[in-house]
Amino acid sequence: MLEIKNLHARIAEDGTEIIRGLNLTVKAGEVAAIMGPNGSGKSTLSYILSGREDYEVTEGEILYNGENILELEASERAAKGIFLAFQYPVEIPGVATMQFLKVAMNEQRKYRGEDELTTPEFMRRVKEAAAELKIAPEMLRRPLNVGFSGGEKKRAEILQMALLEPKLCVLDETDSGLDIDALKIVADGVNALRSPDRAVIVITHYQRLLDYIVPDTVHVLYKGQVIKSGDKTLAHELEANGYADIIEAAA
Amino acid sequence: MNMQQAIKMTAAETALVDAYTAQIGDLPGDGAVLSVRDTLVHELKTAGLPTRRVESWHYTDLRTLLRAVPAADPSAFAERVEALVSGATVFSVRNGHADFKGNAPEGVTIRSYTDSLLDGSAAAGLAVLGTDDAIGRINGGLVRGGLELSIADGTELEDPLEIQLVQSLGQAHTRFPVSFGANTKATVIERHLSTNAAESLISSVSDITVGEGADITWIILQQQGAADTHLGQIRFDLAADAKLHLFIINAGGKLVRQEIHGKTSGEGADFKLRGINLLGGESHTDVTFTLGHNVPHTTSTEVIRNVVFDRAKGVFQGKILVAKDAQKTDAKMACNTLLLSDDADLSAKPELEIFADDVQCGHGATVADIDHTQLFYLMARGIPENKARAMLVNAFVAEIVEELDDEPLVEALESVISTWLDKHA
Repeated sequence: MLEIKNLHARIAEDGTEIIRGLNLTVKAGEVAAIMGPNGSGKSTLSYILSGREDYEVTEGEILYNGENILELEASERAAKGIFLAFQYPVEIPGVATMQFLKVAMNEQRKYRGEDELTTPEFMRRVKEAAAELKIAPEMLRRPLNVGFSGGEKKRAEILQMALLEPKLCVLDETDSGLDIDALKIVADGVNALRSPDRAVIVITHYQRLLDYIVPDTVHVLYKGQVIKSGDKTLAHELEANGYADIIEAAA
Repeated sequence: MNMQQAIKMTAAETALVDAYTAQIGDLPGDGAVLSVRDTLVHELKTAGLPTRRVESWHYTDLRTLLRAVPAADPSAFAERVEALVSGATVFSVRNGHADFKGNAPEGVTIRSYTDSLLDGSAAAGLAVLGTDDAIGRINGGLVRGGLELSIADGTELEDPLEIQLVQSLGQAHTRFPVSFGANTKATVIERHLSTNAAESLISSVSDITVGEGADITWIILQQQGAADTHLGQIRFDLAADAKLHLFIINAGGKLVRQEIHGKTSGEGADFKLRGINLLGGESHTDVTFTLGHNVPHTTSTEVIRNVVFDRAKGVFQGKILVAKDAQKTDAKMACNTLLLSDDADLSAKPELEIFADDVQCGHGATVADIDHTQLFYLMARGIPENKARAMLVNAFVAEIVEELDDEPLVEALESVISTWLDKHA
């Protein structure tokens, strides 16, 4: 589903190279965890996948279902099924949450040549998905992410993911700022979306989230490269011994 | 040498004076009114239109910007349009001619302003606010019609009153003295529209007094054509415990100056100004505001949001004066701007003049572009860039529309805004 080949990328503004020859393959149905110390390029990778313009790819390619997506706008990538759950969901005063959800769902459908949802159908879907994630209707009446607690923001991200039904989900530090109850709700939400035709990339600092969203593969990112890949035991190893050994071995 | 004779009149000045001369004998008014008119037009002739050297016109050099004045065409026809919100009582003013035969709701008395000119009762109100009151001068010299409304004490109107000014071409000069009695509650929509692309010039002065304990919402919705000149002025005077929520949307016109001049005359008075300026093309739009907090214990807040596209130019001047005796005044003014093109321009000049020592006053101004993080967030959910931008611009202004506690009105105004944005963004 996703193939990243020799990717090099830098911050557009100052030219700082962040990703330095990254290779990664994620198959349909796979849950891949990407771990790594601070500053290793994890969040940058998630932004590059979703098409943020603050980064510039200087070399390599990203193939999504065989198609090079680097020339596509963020909105086109989203409509093709790439979803980024933000580490820091953005507050937008003046945009109603429901209006936002409806526009996002319908714009994606329009892009794919599907009919727009009717309002009753839209309402039904939101209601159902919100109930699963224990999101109160009052929350959906507020402006987008405004006044949401940390946990509410993360749940709102997963709600969007459930409604948009993406094919490739990228979760950027979704566990940060969550207490254990919120973490379980979010993990259940993600697990409910696991399916043979959907891939999930979980970016995280800690093993903790991976107890709830169990990965098929684990990749260690360091200085903009994947320096080691393995199965879920690699995450346990990291938790016990830290990154130092692996970094040394790769050097 | 006489300096006054040294001024060479511009085409626009000549046209305005000629319009007056051509109508002498035909303009409504008794002796007193005609004498005020003569004085005003004489001042216009000798002083000319204001230039940037006049402080309050510094950013809007009317003498340069007003190139021409379209001639009045008495035979021109303008059609009524649907009320902005259903249920509203519409008072139709077409090409400057007021139709006051409609059924006014109970508690509302309506009179033709032309009659007040004819019997002279309008004469005192024609006085200008000061030497640089060019709008008062042009309007006072040439005004032919309008409406006088008086709302009886204790009247609470459920549905809005809409003063609907439709202009097809040429020029029109109108006036609306409105008095709200004690403890009245009402919403008035002053709506300026144009039916076609032909050039027109209008001047319109609303002069309102708000009685004790009254709670009034006044909306000015300016949607004139891209070739039009709009010279608007609203004056207000608030009695004790009176509340006025003035909401102004500029979404049209080529050359627009909307002035707001008010004062608080009774303790407990509260004034709220909310303004949205949607500016595009080559337009020039100036909102100039002065408020005198003249007595103790009065409050005001002013929030102006400007959205500037293309080569448009916006101006906001806001001046709050707190008199020596006006202790415990609480006044806050903010002007926030989204500049959406490199050639867009906005000048903001907030001023406070405070003579009392126990007050809370503040002002702030910001200018920014679309927030890129917000834009990326929306796009990352599949919303194309154009649409995402429009949503963010809309959000920037929608926040203050929602302060209006009237669902149908909020919806109607939001639709005006999104229609404008769809066309310009």
